[in-house]
Amino acid sequence: MTALLSLEAVGKRFRGLVAVDQVSFAVPQGAIFAVIGPNGAGKTTLFNMIAGAMAPDAGAIVFAGERLDGLPADTICRRGIARTFQIVRPFPALSVEDNVIVGALLHRRDVGAARAQAHELLRRLDLFDQRHRIASTLTLPDRKRLEVARALATGPRLLLLDEVMAGLRPTETDRMVAILQALNRDGLTILLIEHVMRAVMALASRVLVLDHGVAIAEGAPEAIVRDPAVVQSYLGAEAV
Amino acid sequence: MMAPFTAAMSGRGAVLLTLLFAALLAAPWIVNDYLLTVLIIILYFAYAGQAWNIMMGFAGQLSLGHAIYLGLGGYVAAMLFTLYGVAPWLGLLAAIPVAAACGAVIGFLAFRFRVAGVYFAILTIAFAEFARIGFDNWNFVNASSGLFLPVRQYAHDDLWRLRGDPTMFYYVILCATAVVFLLCHFLLKSRIGYFWLAIREDEQAARATGIDTFRYKMIAVMISAAVTSFAGVFYAFFYNNLFPEQVFSIVRSIEIILGPIIGGVGTLFGPILGAFVLTGLAEALNSAMTAFGVDLPGAKQVFYGICLLIVIVALPEGVWPPLARLLGVKWSGR
Repeated sequence: MTALLSLEAVGKRFRGLVAVDQVSFAVPQGAIFAVIGPNGAGKTTLFNMIAGAMAPDAGAIVFAGERLDGLPADTICRRGIARTFQIVRPFPALSVEDNVIVGALLHRRDVGAARAQAHELLRRLDLFDQRHRIASTLTLPDRKRLEVARALATGPRLLLLDEVMAGLRPTETDRMVAILQALNRDGLTILLIEHVMRAVMALASRVLVLDHGVAIAEGAPEAIVRDPAVVQSYLGAEAV
Repeated sequence: MMAPFTAAMSGRGAVLLTLLFAALLAAPWIVNDYLLTVLIIILYFAYAGQAWNIMMGFAGQLSLGHAIYLGLGGYVAAMLFTLYGVAPWLGLLAAIPVAAACGAVIGFLAFRFRVAGVYFAILTIAFAEFARIGFDNWNFVNASSGLFLPVRQYAHDDLWRLRGDPTMFYYVILCATAVVFLLCHFLLKSRIGYFWLAIREDEQAARATGIDTFRYKMIAVMISAAVTSFAGVFYAFFYNNLFPEQVFSIVRSIEIILGPIIGGVGTLFGPILGAFVLTGLAEALNSAMTAFGVDLPGAKQVFYGICLLIVIVALPEGVWPPLARLLGVKWSGR
């Protein structure tokens, strides 16, 4: 499999603090790739660099054969990488439908066509019946799915999900897992940051473990949970 | 089930709008000269408020210096008219690009160097103040002595030169208000409108959704400035004089934005309703004071301020959104 996204020795420091140190990995086309690690391990910083919210100090980020480190966030989205935020941020005063239409208009001029596509995505994410509600009035699980719908509306090849399961109840987690699996079957490559191991085990074909900004392990999920270094730094005794 | 319901709601809005427009069309035959002048002022504020609303209500960029576009529009057209005899409609063709270019300069400096929020608002005030001081010292346009447009009695209205009686001015500003209402309606329903609302709601999320926020904020400022410039042309030809101290004053900027704020920022009806409420209130206070023989200096301003305070505290989203819910009208323009 060829890599859709690859990071080579990517680094970021905030003054004295090294947030991400020489991290390299490759996300194959069609994979679901998970990045896990304790709080403060540099996961979100890594994400922000891929999505263009901040530029790396070192290394290269290559997507579909092109360097994109340092490009602005909107350019990266237009190249085909869409993201969600750890703390959800749908457009609060807009309706559910309008939130998704904004994304769908990125590669379309016609609002009618964008609305049709938005409806299709809202059906997929079980939000169609709520399409006229104002986004800020939705529950957290619904807002999380709305963010995924808006991101998908931009027609990405790679979807970045920042703790999309956090705060969800187990049944909602399973629902989200099923949705993401269906999207992946249709060819979408997914890179996710996740704390909920239940979701990581169910979804990911490959897992990278970050600790203090350093990649300490990478492999299949079954192997990762047995890796002594990972168990010690992150999972703790309870996971074994 | 939902679709016919939505259509019925916007249908009611259309009926309401048609009735309002018909009433305004018939107004000169019904009301006296004094009320007609009040209506002209109301429509002027509705127009200018709508123009400001494009920038703040749609794209979320707070301008407290819209007097600069008003003043530039007025000065360009008045200067061309008094010095070269160029008709104001041709003058408008010059005023629009001048105002839009000025908006582009302010927008570029702010958005390029990430001056946002309150700091952006201060920047817009600063530019309006530069213009006021600049024009106050620019001898070519008579500096602080101001520009005067020739006032003569005309046998009949001269629409081309905007010389005539209040009825003519009334219809001019009524048409302009209708046109800018339609313009805003279509902008809001278009791709650009969706992008503006996204930027207003959350700029970082808008960028993550692929929107070139710099570009769309620039477009908002330039359209808003261009539209405002006509209000300046109207102001100059209606009042027949222009002083930098007055037209570029921060008071002009503030009075433009009060209408949309009272009526409902970001709504299509808000600026119109707000203009009616504010100017109506001010005139009603005038009449009441005269009727009761109250003659305290500043009393009107105090009452006016108290009324505004009550509206803002009681109806934080403006008068229009709750009124629209009461009438069963869809208010967002969608």
